[in-house]
Order: sequence, then C-alpha cells, then structure tokens
Amino acid sequence: MSTQLESWRNMALEFVPHALAGHDVPRVLAARQSAFTRFAEHGFPTRREEEWKYTDVSAIGRRTSLAPDNIPPDPSFEAKLLAWSIASEGMHLMVFVNGHYDHTLSMTDHLPHDIRLTSLAYLLDDTSHFSEKFFDKKFIAHDFFDKKHEHTTFSALNNAFATDGAVLYLAPDMVLDVPIYLLFIASGRGAAIYPRNIIIAGENSRAKIIEHYIGTLDVHNFTNAMTQINIAAGAEIEHCKLLQEGPAATHIAGIHAEQATGSLFISHAFTLGGHLCRNDITTQLNGTNSHCELNGLYLMNERQHVDHHTRIDHIAPESSSQEHYRGVLDGSAHGVFNGKVVVHPRAVKTNAHQVNHNLLLSRQAEVDTKPQLEIFADDVQCTHGVTVGQLDEDSLFYLRSRGIDADLARSVLTYGFANDIIERVSVPYLRTRIEHLVLDRLPQGDQVKDLL
Amino acid sequence: MLTINNLHVAIDGKEILRGLNLNVNAGEVHAIMGPNGSGKSTLAQVLAGREGYQITAGSAYYMEQDLLAMTTEQRARDGVFLAFQYPVEIPGVSIALFLKTALNTIRKQRGLPELDAIDFLNLMRNKMQQLDMDESFLSRAVNDGFSGGEKKRNEILQMTVLEPKLLILDETDSGLDIDALKLVADSVNSMRNPNRAIILVTHYQRLLDYIVPDLVHVLLQGRIIKSGGAALARELEKHGYGWVEAESTSRQVA
Ligand SMILES: Nc1ncnc2c1ncn2[C@@H]1O[C@H](COP(=O)(O)OP(=O)(O)O)[C@@H](O)[C@H]1O
Ligand SMILES: [Mg+2]
Repeated sequence: MSTQLESWRNMALEFVPHALAGHDVPRVLAARQSAFTRFAEHGFPTRREEEWKYTDVSAIGRRTSLAPDNIPPDPSFEAKLLAWSIASEGMHLMVFVNGHYDHTLSMTDHLPHDIRLTSLAYLLDDTSHFSEKFFDKKFIAHDFFDKKHEHTTFSALNNAFATDGAVLYLAPDMVLDVPIYLLFIASGRGAAIYPRNIIIAGENSRAKIIEHYIGTLDVHNFTNAMTQINIAAGAEIEHCKLLQEGPAATHIAGIHAEQATGSLFISHAFTLGGHLCRNDITTQLNGTNSHCELNGLYLMNERQHVDHHTRIDHIAPESSSQEHYRGVLDGSAHGVFNGKVVVHPRAVKTNAHQVNHNLLLSRQAEVDTKPQLEIFADDVQCTHGVTVGQLDEDSLFYLRSRGIDADLARSVLTYGFANDIIERVSVPYLRTRIEHLVLDRLPQGDQVKDLL
Repeated sequence: MLTINNLHVAIDGKEILRGLNLNVNAGEVHAIMGPNGSGKSTLAQVLAGREGYQITAGSAYYMEQDLLAMTTEQRARDGVFLAFQYPVEIPGVSIALFLKTALNTIRKQRGLPELDAIDFLNLMRNKMQQLDMDESFLSRAVNDGFSGGEKKRNEILQMTVLEPKLLILDETDSGLDIDALKLVADSVNSMRNPNRAIILVTHYQRLLDYIVPDLVHVLLQGRIIKSGGAALARELEKHGYGWVEAESTSRQVA
C-alpha cells in the first residue's frame, strides 16, 4: 500500500457507486463496492511494481477529480461530424460521451434481430431485462460485470466506477458482416471517464467490433476503460481499438478475452494520440485449436508516453498465437512494449510467435521493449523478436534517387513501416481512416494521402 | 552530357576510384566493363549521389552543372537515373505509391501537370506490358520478396516511366534469363534517342549482344585503362581482363 498521502484518498470516493447505474440493484452495488475496496487497498500502482516499471501513473492519484461526471456535456461539432460520417457508412454505431450513451448520435436500427447491442447502464439499472427469453439462460450480464480482472488495479477501479458502455450479445451462428462501431468521445474539462464493454460471442458467431476513443480538446481527461470479450467455440471476433485521445489526456485500458475451442480472436490496437496511454490486452486460449492474433501500432511524438502490455495464456493444447507490434517514436516520446506469453503445462503443441519492431525518428525518443516467454509444456514452437532502429539509409537513398525529397522519402518509409500493421485490418473504411491518421502525423503526409 | 575528370573516390580512407576520366555525349551508349571489385558500382552510386563516399579529387559535370554539388533528388529530377545492382526492398510501400510519388515530383520539375489516377494507371499498364509484367505488380510492395529477375525488371519499369536523360544501368543483366534479358534490352533500346545517354555497367559481354554500345571502357582498379568500340567487348570476352591489364602495365612501364 502506498504510504504517501494521495489526494484521491480524501475524496470520499467510496460513495461514488451510490450515484451510478444499478445503484438500487443490491448485487450491482455490492460488486461496485467490493471492487472499490480492492482498488483502495492497493491504490494506484507505483513504478516499484514490475508491471509499471516504465510507466509513471502517479499524476492520476493527484487529480482533483476521479469520480465520473453524471451529466455529460454536449460533444464538439467535430466529434458529432465523425459520428454522422460513421453512421452514413452504414455501420452499427453506439456513441458514448464521457462514458454515457448518447442515443441521439447512435444508429443501431439496422441490426439483425438475434443480435443484442445494448447500453450497459440500461442493463444494470433493471435486472428484469435479463429474463428476456432471448437471452440464453447461461448468459447473465451481471456475471461478466462482476468478473474480477486482477491484471491491473485499474480494472478494479473501472468495476467500481463504470458508468456505461456497450453490451453485445451474438447468438450462436450469427454472422454479422457490417462492423459494430463504438465511438467514445471525451468532452468537457478534466473529466474522469469509465467505459465498460462486454462482448459475448455465441458458438460459431462472427463479428467485427471497433472501439474508437477520441478526444479533441487539450484538457486533462482521464479515461479508464475495460472491455471483456468472451468467445465461444468456433466463434470469430475481430476487435480494433483506435486510440486518438487529446494531447493532454490519460488513457488506461484493459481488453480481456477468453477463447473456447476453435475460436479466433483478432485484436488490433492503434495508439495514435494521448499524453499517457496504456493498454493491457490479454487473452486466454482455453479451448484446443483456438487462435489469436494481437496486432498493434503506436505512433507517438513530443513527450507522449505509450505502454502496451499484452499477455497470452495458452492453456489448452494445440492453440496458436501471432503477435505483431510496431512503434514509431519521434520527439521525446517514450514507448513501452511488454509481451508476455505463458504456455501452461497442458498446452502441448502450442505455436506462438511474437515480434515487436520499433522505429526511432529522433535521438530523444526511446523505447523499452521486453518479450517474456514462460513455457511449461513440451513440444511447443515459440519465437520472438525485437528490433529498435532508425530509418534505413539504403532505402532513403533509393527513394531519393527517384526524385523524392528527403523529408517525403522519410514519411513514405515510415508509412510503409506502419502499413505492415494497418493492412492487417479487414475493414476497408477503418484501414483508410488509420492510414490518414498516420499520414496526418508525418511531414508532407498530405502528399502521400493524395496518392494513395 | 556527362564529363568526369580525374575522379578520386575513397570509402573509409580506402581509395576505390583513382583518377577516372569519362566523357559521355547525348545520344551515346557507353559500356563500362571490369572485373568484380574494380569500382563500377562505386562510380554508379557516386554519380547518383549516394552519401558515405569521400570525393578526394576531381569533378563531374552533368549538363553544365556541378553534379557532385547536387542532392540525390535534384539529380534525379534533372534526369539522372540509376538502375541499382541491388534494388532495395521497401516493405509496406506499393509500387504504385512509390512510382506515383516519384513521377509526380519529376513532372512538377519539368513543368508538367500531375497525372490523375486513371492516366497513371494507363501509363503503367502500357509500360508493364512492354516488360511482360503483370498488373498485380502495382499493388505489391517495392521489391519485397521479389525474385532477382523481378527486381531488375522493376528497375527498368521505373526507368521507362520516369524517362530520364542519363541512364546508368548497374549490372541489370545479372539474374535475368534470356527471355527477360531480351525484354529489358528492347526497353533500353527503345529509350535510345539523340537527347539521351546510356551507361551500361556490366562484367559480361552478354547484354552487349542486344544493346550495342558506341563505346566500351575497361575499368580496372579504379581507372579506365582502355576504351574502344563494340569490338572491344568481344575481345574481352575472348581473352579476359588479364589481357588488357598486361597491355596497360607494359604501356606504363614503357
Ligand atoms: N561500402 C563499402 N565499404 C567498404 N568497401 C567497399 C564498399 N563498397 C565497395 N567497397 C569496396 O570497393 C571496391 C569496389 O567495389 P564496387 O564498386 O562494388 O565494385 P564492382 O561494382 O566493380 O564490383 C571493392 O573492393 C569493394 O570491396
Ligand atoms: Mg557492382
């Protein structure tokens, strides 16, 4: 426990759950209270903890507000425009402003009947919704809400303070081709935002889910998000997180998946904006023949700090994992990558491959990268590779020898480096959007954009 | 078009080019031949502007400009093109993006409007057909996973699209089978015109059966030790480089 006096301990935060969704449902309130106790016992992590060695979150404990606001402000015009443009692409859209569902900006009318996409707050407030015949008897959203993810204490804080989020339930065999887009807008000044998403994919179902966080103002917002993904046998989920927080924002999030036999989980994490960003992405391969792909791209500048901690638990035999993370760090940015792969004793014939490549565009930029393989089973194939380097001189010369000036050549090469991850995304709209976001950050990127 | 005078070039203090002289006029095709390690690629790279070489003496003028004072990209925009002996792989960047970027910068320099997507595609289709390249090449990453022959063909494709004035081909024939060699030779021959000059760097005579040079130079240990007409290449093929070397040393002694 932290001995220093942190301002959050004087805020009477233990009363916050009484004002949140589900406060009059005893089970929900109790879950929140016990989560808060778990959080308070530990407090915010310090750099003395191995998992937080390179990422200093002490500033969060000194914030003047940690309680979520209950009346969200009106989102900026820019954010509204984005929502409208996504809706006009025909995607199923849920918009949240500072962690609260905004149904006027959302567009979920065209969902097939056996797919449920609901606001978590709505489900938490009234248990009677769960008795709907539609929901499989085994499915009780509360079980997921209660679930303890001990990966970081931030998940306990999220459990205690989650305001709202998306709950997606895919019935068995349901194949949804049109992506579901969850847009989280951070608005207002210095807000604390606690979204919580629950995704439950029935057997052999298939869906693509986009989780996009956008903050437009230069204010000290704090987002603590958590997404749980449960993937039943034979189901396939492609999840893409796009992080585009404002330049002063702090964003700490967890994405935690569990996979049954023959399932597929594809996770993409694009971290393109924010002052301090941390994603903890984990999956448990509980069923044989399950497969996961964790992809990530972080692009940081100035004094931004980005940390990705991933963890893959191979629990059942014959499962496989592929991990591709890349980072581009400019200015005095600091990147952290920690990729843990645990092959449990029963997980024979595991196939696990991990690479993390980093491009440092300035002398001040730095990266701490660490693959962590823990193997307790025989007959496994595991590889990992890490590189940290600069742009290749031969490649630069090649481009320049075709008339492309040095700055543009650097941008083209950086784009090419990032593209290795971008092109893994299957949704064309999203690929283009990410390409543009990346190019917006590069010198003369506009010129490349025009040529794509 | 290109005048090189007494050029001395070193890498890490080791002298590679040791007083090279060469004069290439518009409309001419020159072949530079020489055994491995004689400095052919060094010359080609220095002309294209590769950094990391120390130019210790001499000069190179390209169309009345001090070539060695120009940046790499400026040389390219003014019409210098090097087909690399070892083309570089650029993962994640498609040939389409790469060539469109290059072509539009070069067109801008020449006062021409940028090509729109359709015109670009038509141009590429046309040029790729000449080289028997499939259109799917356009979306492949530049040289990434290409075979040796594909890489060389890609160099020639770039050359035909960018339409340079001074073409330097560094061992473009190596790695090509005979059919590909003929296609490449046809492309190069089709670019021959009175306003253009071509320098073919090779250590085999093979390419010169298809692209007949006006002049052949023998480069040995960083110097051009002999020049002659197309017949010289055939002599070299027959007698090897040892013969010229012996001749040149005996002349020096005399
Ligand atoms: N980057 C380099 N660093 C050190 N030595 C080099 C480098 N490039 C070429 N050399 C040396 O310069 C000489 C000429 O090389 P090169 O120009 O490639 O010859 P060629 O193309 O005629 O085979 C060789 O002795 C080679 O080892
Ligand atoms: Mg060579």
